[in-house]
This record gives sequence, structure tokens and C-alpha cells, in this order.
Amino acid sequence: MNNTVKFKIDGNIVTAEKGQTIVEAAHAAGIYIPTLCNFKGVKPKGCCRMCSVKINSRYMTACTTPVSDGMEVENNIDELVDMRKSIIELMFVSGNHFCPSCEKSGNCELQALGYRYQMLVPRFPFSFPQKGIDASSPKIMKDQNRCIMCKRCMKTIKDENGKNYFAFKNRSNKVEVVLDAEMGKTMPDDLAKLAMENCPVGSIIYKEIGYNEPIGTRKYDKTPIGSEIEV
Amino acid sequence: MPKKITIEPVTRVEGHGKVTIQIDDFGNVRDSRLHIVEFRGFERFVQGRPYWEAPVLVQRLCGICPVSHHLAAAKALDVIVGAGTGTGLTAVGEKMRRLMHYGQFFQSHVLHFFHLSAPDFLFGIDGDPLVRNIIGIAQEHPDLAVQGVMMRKFGQEVIRLTAGKKIHGTGAIPGGINKNLSIAERDELLKGADPLNADKMVEWSVGALDFFKNYHKNNQEMVDGFASFPSNHLSLVREDGALDIYHGVLRAVDNDGKKILHDVDYQEYDKYIEEEVRSWSYMKFPYLKDLGKDKGWYRVGPLARLNTCDFITTPLAQKEFEEFKAYTNGKPNGMSLHMHWARLIETLHSAEVIRDLLNDPDLQNEDLVTKGSKLHKGVGVIEAPRGTLFHHYEINDLDQITLANLIVSTTNNNQPMNTAVNLTANAFMNGQREITEGMMNAVEVAIRAYDPCLSCATHAMGQMPLEVSLVNEANEIIHRRTK
Ligand code: SF4
Ligand code: FES
Repeated sequence: MNNTVKFKIDGNIVTAEKGQTIVEAAHAAGIYIPTLCNFKGVKPKGCCRMCSVKINSRYMTACTTPVSDGMEVENNIDELVDMRKSIIELMFVSGNHFCPSCEKSGNCELQALGYRYQMLVPRFPFSFPQKGIDASSPKIMKDQNRCIMCKRCMKTIKDENGKNYFAFKNRSNKVEVVLDAEMGKTMPDDLAKLAMENCPVGSIIYKEIGYNEPIGTRKYDKTPIGSEIEV
Repeated sequence: MPKKITIEPVTRVEGHGKVTIQIDDFGNVRDSRLHIVEFRGFERFVQGRPYWEAPVLVQRLCGICPVSHHLAAAKALDVIVGAGTGTGLTAVGEKMRRLMHYGQFFQSHVLHFFHLSAPDFLFGIDGDPLVRNIIGIAQEHPDLAVQGVMMRKFGQEVIRLTAGKKIHGTGAIPGGINKNLSIAERDELLKGADPLNADKMVEWSVGALDFFKNYHKNNQEMVDGFASFPSNHLSLVREDGALDIYHGVLRAVDNDGKKILHDVDYQEYDKYIEEEVRSWSYMKFPYLKDLGKDKGWYRVGPLARLNTCDFITTPLAQKEFEEFKAYTNGKPNGMSLHMHWARLIETLHSAEVIRDLLNDPDLQNEDLVTKGSKLHKGVGVIEAPRGTLFHHYEINDLDQITLANLIVSTTNNNQPMNTAVNLTANAFMNGQREITEGMMNAVEVAIRAYDPCLSCATHAMGQMPLEVSLVNEANEIIHRRTK
């Protein structure tokens, strides 16, 4: 039985395995499609739209769409580049992302995408929302100023019974991803570190690590995000 | 009927000030005030933030000396993380921070001298503003201009290699530093191609000092007499009395050189120093509690440091220090323009210290951080280029900042600057009914000697934008002059 699929990204033929998503197939083939909410090992939900591509003139999220034979995907075209840039800008203006003093700087995916897409001044007005910081856990801080609500923490940080440490609270424009107050107090060390690692931005901070990593050795100091995928 | 003259620098950034001079019908100066609008929102802003963020966050207070804020905050947090009060760090931790600080000191002092003061010396206080700037220097004294640019660049390289970036780096962290200096980095500074190496910096610092001393010799009356007044002086000194801009105890002396603050631990600075609020100014007026508001104000900065310390640890700067002290027979020096002399001696000292530190193998050690049991309060004090800088933080059990109090150098110099402006107003304006170019320049030069942030911010090209208005009691403008 033939398990491979052939399709095109920006005119280039890509061979993929059946059942792979476009993002998986593209990345395996060395073609970068930017992602944020998508996370290895968890079922994609398509909530950030960073990975938007065009298939038969329709916008689709590449992290949720499976590949199929003969599919023609548009990825690196001006229209999509600008759209992705506008999504990044929207995330910047809807939170309080003060990169210069954020300890995730240099390791932050949102910041790295901002650089990759050459965001200078966002086209949207800043909303400067009033946000707080939850420091009640002895292990981590949850800084709501920086949360982009990608749900990566909700999907990956669970206790041994599968119970979530993080969950949505409130509705509409008041919605926030919060840490369960009780579970936060007894959070094991390795899980706390993993939570910080899995958060693409600086919303989950493992306490007292701070700026231990010098400028110059951080993940995106030398090469832009995506260059680890591109061939 | 008294009239008011307002000199208002029109600024491009947040720090801005204006001078109001009140004269009566006969043109006699009755009063003068220097208003500085200072950004104080910061102390509220950091509340609730994780304590370790402070050293990186506070640098944003100032685009001119961010390293001083970075280090003062880090020193306060050393106390909080149980690394002691300034002497508890590992050798590499303390020495990397010192290197960063002396690098910042060097570049800041150089900037002040070459870009801000040298134009006045070369072209005269009332020289044509069109040439009285760094561009004018570049045209008439190209070698001097090149030295200014290269010395500044060297200082910035020292900062980059210690803090990670030329501006707003992250090098100092609570309890130590996040990187040491590799051999390759060290050699970049120690053996850099001419002129970017430590030896050249020492040589050029000596040259800059000679330049000033020569100017002084030819203009003694002006340099000595301009805005000269008695005052107290305050700074950190090393425990043995040596000049130390990174760490030490607080010492203040009066106009006769008598100690009025006896080498105290700055963790208790609020036991000795009080800040007065005056209705007409956003900026507070600090004073020594023991002496009270009227007698307790003090000067900080280069002049104050050389007035409080007993000696300097590096040989060339010590030799210059002896000459400087001899000029006033060992007594404190109260002459505002001698600030430049003191600043250049410190520049030389910084160059010598940088060179010596670079030769110290401790900088390649790997034990970067020290920590102990946590405390809830920490105070960090450092000698910023412009003078003593206080950072005080308190935290809760959840590691959030609950209180921040800062006394910045310019605030410490608030009363001295007001005094200098007043003296200048009296000397240059009494009996005059018109605002002359010379008057405006004189006031500007008096303020600039103290190198307040506003002067750097508004004055990078050698000309402080000013608006001078003469108004009567009914606030009607009689005469206005701008430049
Ligand atoms: S905390 Fe981080 S991982 Fe969780 S939703 Fe917010 S941005 Fe995503
Ligand atoms: S990465 Fe596909 S929608 Fe977020």
C-alpha cells in the first residue's frame, strides 16, 4: 500500500506521509510555515492562525489541515506574509509586551516572529490592557500581560491524573488563562520548568531564573526563528 | 514691581527643566529657581513585578547612564538574595561588575567632556553657538574630536562585553553576573588595534587632563570664580578612605573638610538622609537629617567624590589628585567649574582601573553567582558618573516588589544646582533689563557643570535649546529670547 502523498507548496513538490498535517510535512521537507499555538505531541486546535496558508484560494490553518494528493498550497506569498505580520501585530497590541525588560527576550517565539516578519510599528493602536501577575505559586509566576492564549500550557501541563494546571477564566475580552490556585501551590519542580519552556512567550516564568542566560547565547540571538527548519 | 525671567529648555525627551529668575524694578535678582520635571512613575510601576526584573527594568529610567541603575538595583538585590552587602560576591562576580561600571563611567565622563564642556572651553562661554559644539571641535581640532569619539567607543565596548549589549544589557543579576570575560574578549580590549586598547585610553586621558589644566592656567579667574560656593559633599568611599565608585561606605564632609557623615553603612541610608518636598518643584531636595534642611544639603558627583576621599588607588590619577588637592590646600573644593577637573581625574582613574582589571585572571573564573538566605529588604548604592545613586527595594514572600525608592544623582544635586544658578543670575544679570546671549549661556554652563540628565538629554549637539522670557508680576511678557 502506498503511504505517501505528493503535493505542492509554492510550486515545489513535497512528498509526505499520509495523515501528516501540512505543517508537519512542510517542516520535514525543510519549508518553514510559522506556527505559535501548534505544539509537538498535542492535537492541533488552530487557534492562533499564524500558520494560515492558501489552498484553492481558501485560507486554511496548515497545522490542522492534513495533506492530500495533488494539493496546491500557497505559503510564502506577499499576501500571507502581510497577514501573518498583522497577526503578530495584533498580539503585540492586545497585551503588554515590553520586550526590553522581559526575561524571555531572545527565547520568545512571539518576539522572534516579530523580528522575522520585520514588525516595526504595529498598524493597530495599542490597547494597554490592565493585567495582573499571579505570583502565588512558589515555583512560577503567571504574568497576564504577556499571555497570547495559545493554550499550549493547557494542553501540555497536567498532573498524574490528567488534571490541567491551567484553564480559561472569564469570557469575551476578559478571558484569561489562569493557573489553578491550589495545584499551583504544590506544583512539582520539573513540571514548573516544563511550563515555562512550553509557553512561547514570557507569561509563565519559573521563579528566580531571571536573566541568567547572557545575551548572545539565547535561542534566537544569532539565527531567526524558522532557520532551524529551512534548508 | 518684581519681574520674572523664565529660561525654558525645550526638550525632546522626558527630563526637562526651566529656570525662573525673579528681578525687581531695579533689575536686582530676588530669587531664582531651577525646575526639573523628573519621571517618578517608575517606583509605582515596579510594584508587583518579580524582584529579579528590577535591574533590567530600571535601566530604562535613563538613556545616558543605564549601567548605573542596572548595577545599583543589582546591588540592592544581592542583599535580598543573601549575597551580602557589596562584598559577598565571588571574585569574578564583583570584578566583572566593576569592569562594567568603570567602562560606563569612562564613556559617560568622556561624553561630557568632549561633547558638552570642551566646546565651551575652546570657543568661550559666549562663543558663537554655531561653532560652540562638537562639530565645531571636529573642524578646528580634529584630533581632539577623534579622541572623544574613540574613547567613548572604547567605553561602550567594555559595556558590551560585560553586559551583553552597549545599552540596556543584562550582565548583572541578583547575586552576581551572567557571564565572565573570555580571553578573546579580554584581548579585544587589552590588545585592540590602535587606538582601541586600554593603554591608549590611559594616554589620551592624561592628554585631556593637560588640555583642561592648560585652559585653567589661561582662564584662572573665570574657572575659579564661576559659580563657586561652599557646601557639604557626599559620596561613597572605600572603607580605608580610597575613591571607590562601585562600593563602600557613605561619607560626607563639610566645607572645611570635617566629617559630618562618618563612613556609615548605606543599608541604613534613611536613618541619615531625608528628602524635602517643595511645592514648586517635582524633584525632591535631599539633606542630612542631623544638620537639617537649611544646613544639611550636599553636593554629589566628581567634585564631591574628590572632596570626600583620602586618596586614589591608581598611580597616575593619584598624582593628579595630589595636585588637585594642593590647589585648595587640602580643603574641599567648592568651585563649580572644577567639576570638570575632577571629572577628568576620574576619567584617568577609570582608564587605569579598566587596564588593571583586564589583566586580572579572576575575570575568567566560572563561579558567577552567590546566594544565601533571602531577605525582604535591600539597598544598593553606587557612584554614578553624576553622583551617588540610591536604590531601595522591598519584596514579599512571593518574590514581588512591594516598595521601591530611588534617589538619583540629579536629585541629590538639586539644591547645589539651584545655588549655582542663583549665583550666576546674580553675577550676570543684576542691573540688566535685557536678556543677553551671554546671560543665557552662563546659566546653561552653571547647570551643565553638574551634568544633570536634562542637560545630556537636550544638549547632545552642544547647545541647550532655551527660551527666556521676562515677565512682570501680572505675568505679562516684557522680553523674550530664544536660541
Ligand atoms: S501562558 Fe503561555 S502557554 Fe499558556 S496560553 Fe498563555 S501564552 Fe500560551
Ligand atoms: S499554529 Fe496553526 S493556528 Fe496556531
